[in-house]
Amino acid sequence: MRALTSFRLWGLAPAWVLMGLTLIVPVAIVAGVSLADRGPYGGFDWALNFGSYREILFTLGWTDELEFAPKYLVIIARTLGYGLVTTAICMALALPVAYVIANARAGWKPFLVYLVTLPFWVSMIVRVYAWLIILGNEGLAEKAWKFLGGGDVDTFLFTNGAMLTGMVYSYIPLMVLPVYAAIEKLDPALLEASHDLYGNRWVTLRRVILPLTWPGLSAGAILVFVPAIGTVLEPMLLGGGRQMMMGTLIQTQFGGGRNWPFGAAIAMVLMAMVVVVLLLNARRAAAATEART
Amino acid sequence: MARGKAVEVYNVSKSFGTYQALDQVSFTIQENEFFTLLGPSGCGKTTLLRMIAGFESPSEGAILLDGQQIETLPPHRRRVNTVFQSYALFPHMTLAQNIAFGLENLGWDRRRRRDRVAEMLELVHMTPFAGRRPAQLSGGQRQRIALARALAPEPQVLLLDEPLSALDLKLRQAMRDELKSLQKKTGITFIFVTHDQEEALDMSDRICVLGQGRIQQIGTPSEIYEDPENRFVADFIGETNFLEAEVLELAGGMARIRTPFGLEITAPQKGLAGPGPATLSLRPEKIGMESQAEGHLLQGTVTGRNYMGGFTHYTVDVAGQSLRVSRRNALSHAEGHAPGQPVSLGFRADSVRVLAQ
Amino acid sequence: MSRRDHDIRRYPGARLLTAVFFLWLYLPIAVVIGFSFNQNRLVSVWTGFSTEWYAAALANKALMDALEVSLTIAVIATIGATTIALMAAMVLSRAPAKGIYRLSEAVVNLPLMLPEIVVAVAVLILFSQLGIADGMVKLALAHTAFCTPFAFLPIRARLQGMSRDFEEAAQDLYAPPLTAFRRVTLPLIAPGVFAGAMLAFVMSMDDFITSNMLNSGGSTTLPVYIFSLIKRGTTPELNAISTLMILASLVIATAALVLAARAMRREA
Repeated sequence: MRALTSFRLWGLAPAWVLMGLTLIVPVAIVAGVSLADRGPYGGFDWALNFGSYREILFTLGWTDELEFAPKYLVIIARTLGYGLVTTAICMALALPVAYVIANARAGWKPFLVYLVTLPFWVSMIVRVYAWLIILGNEGLAEKAWKFLGGGDVDTFLFTNGAMLTGMVYSYIPLMVLPVYAAIEKLDPALLEASHDLYGNRWVTLRRVILPLTWPGLSAGAILVFVPAIGTVLEPMLLGGGRQMMMGTLIQTQFGGGRNWPFGAAIAMVLMAMVVVVLLLNARRAAAATEART
Repeated sequence: MARGKAVEVYNVSKSFGTYQALDQVSFTIQENEFFTLLGPSGCGKTTLLRMIAGFESPSEGAILLDGQQIETLPPHRRRVNTVFQSYALFPHMTLAQNIAFGLENLGWDRRRRRDRVAEMLELVHMTPFAGRRPAQLSGGQRQRIALARALAPEPQVLLLDEPLSALDLKLRQAMRDELKSLQKKTGITFIFVTHDQEEALDMSDRICVLGQGRIQQIGTPSEIYEDPENRFVADFIGETNFLEAEVLELAGGMARIRTPFGLEITAPQKGLAGPGPATLSLRPEKIGMESQAEGHLLQGTVTGRNYMGGFTHYTVDVAGQSLRVSRRNALSHAEGHAPGQPVSLGFRADSVRVLAQ
Repeated sequence: MSRRDHDIRRYPGARLLTAVFFLWLYLPIAVVIGFSFNQNRLVSVWTGFSTEWYAAALANKALMDALEVSLTIAVIATIGATTIALMAAMVLSRAPAKGIYRLSEAVVNLPLMLPEIVVAVAVLILFSQLGIADGMVKLALAHTAFCTPFAFLPIRARLQGMSRDFEEAAQDLYAPPLTAFRRVTLPLIAPGVFAGAMLAFVMSMDDFITSNMLNSGGSTTLPVYIFSLIKRGTTPELNAISTLMILASLVIATAALVLAARAMRREA
């Protein structure tokens, strides 16, 4: 028995070493760096300085007085907004699609699931690039728009629509799969019972299907929202860098802008947002489990 | 003929956290014996089997296999094999490979292995299926292969964990006979775990009834059924009527008691210390009715009837006591006794067992 | 007169929406593949069929270098991540879900819980502090870390779904622990291990954010190189490269699916 326990701990050791070295210690360092002084040529000098966090909200005026400056707050709000809208669109799309797949003939189901996952195996950068071609100057989107009698457009690129299209396209399989799993588990007799008790399709959708697939939808929402608010590629390529998001803001602080402590501070804020979402989800899941038992 | 001891269990206890699964269990199993551990679910019988196999270790006590203490040995060093409830046939191996698996680990050479596998397939009538995989078999066939695989290494003891529970009724009956004959043929000690009393009574040389983590009784099937040690055994094995009675006098294995019907009888007793209240157990089939009524006679009224095909079970009210009476339906379409009808009942004093409360 | 069942499962419009969804899902892929055969230098003006851009892509030294870096890193990360994930999954599927074990499960899945850009920044700062300059070492370590949960999840699911009886049966039939693992457990969880390794490989090949952050001379991965090409403007050569990558993903995904289906059929 004792030998078994020690084997157990040894088996976990490599995972702890790897994650400790590459994640736990580094994130602690990032937290430290966010409090450091900015180095003259990038990099940083250790210190205890909340300046980087202050910089998110305020700028220093000529006479060292703090002036409220919302430019970074706008970026944070935009990031949250894109994350939420992307998640909402994914939910609205995934529910009917997953429902149709789950109710398809048995022979078709695996194939349709395969079709949903296939684009996800294609490199992210290739997928975003594909939308760049479609939405770009004289691209397919523009031709279709003119064919349908639409007026002159400057470009579809670098718009909210382009960003959202790219983000939804990138993350939608992460929503369809858990929702599909939830609908697949749904006992058809429950739908029949609802109709039997005088519920029409919409009543059944609202009062039976939606509540019972909610675990799948919320799992999908986490899977979409977390990478969506950390996204880098879509804003850089489809947003043209004009619409800065937190991911790109962090990236520039470690590249061209070179303010490591400020970049680290933004990274901590982003991480805090994700942690809050995960904690809320964990609480919801625990409450749901409790309600079931 | 004096037989050796195959398995000895001494004062074995097992607790999971605060839950006491087994409490001071001791027994000895003889060589070539068909020994059954019988009890309701959660009584600790599977835990006991798993401790003999080596998948769990006793919190206290010792287990001896052929005179050797084994409770610290890992499962792969114990010359016992298990037929799992789920059969646990390796899905990625053919039937022949499944049967050869244990032999390979024991270091048998190729030729000996091949011969033994052929012999075992023959024994369970599965020779034509050697190259198939478990997924292609029916439940009964899987059961046979699981047996062949466990018997192939010639274990000192074969452990069977509810092996018939996954089969349907007809097949289960056939497999009982097959298991018994296999045991006789191979001469290997079988330890059989079940919650099905019929299986236990049918197949075993001896039965160990377990309840609430303790041994309630060990004995032959007829001892267990006819002479239950206590109320638990009488209740768990078969059906019975429990009645309150008062012990007037004890004399060795006999007790003079007053029944609730006012009769005074002398009947065999178990576990009584002296005069006072006791429980009387009287099996439904040992009560005669109308023309078959003999011994002590009672008058009652039928209150319920359950027609079971071969038998009819009656509930009869006798002086405010409800008695279950079972009657064989010997004649086709014989008229039974309708509820409300008065009937006379009779029982012999030596059919009654007096037990502690 | 024909009679039809009142099918309560059908929702009007859902099928149409699903059909449109699938078209939308595959439109970008079709466009990239289609234009990769375009003769014209301008991506969006079709002038004729040509395979010259494939020749150009295959002759592109920088592209081949990036591919080599990506493949090397992906192979190292896949082996490392799958091994670590397998060890952890073996322990965690047997241990009670409490205390240190519960915490360990969270630690293994940590990369999934943090935004990747945060992870990228974290490792960048760490390596700068440790003074590790070798780009390949940095990439290999970082990729192994974020690939581990992708390898872990399918293996864990497979072990979870596997009855412990098989392992016990192996031990009962005199197999010492290592033999039981090699001959029974490993073959039975092989589909999960394979799926995990596949996922890890694809995730490593696909990664942009971390690789871009750690990018230094000689360690430019394929996605990072493609990004630099995109920044310079869309070209048919880029389409040809993308098409080749799409085909590679298709082959890997199909192989994974076929193997999973075969494993499922064997157990049915």
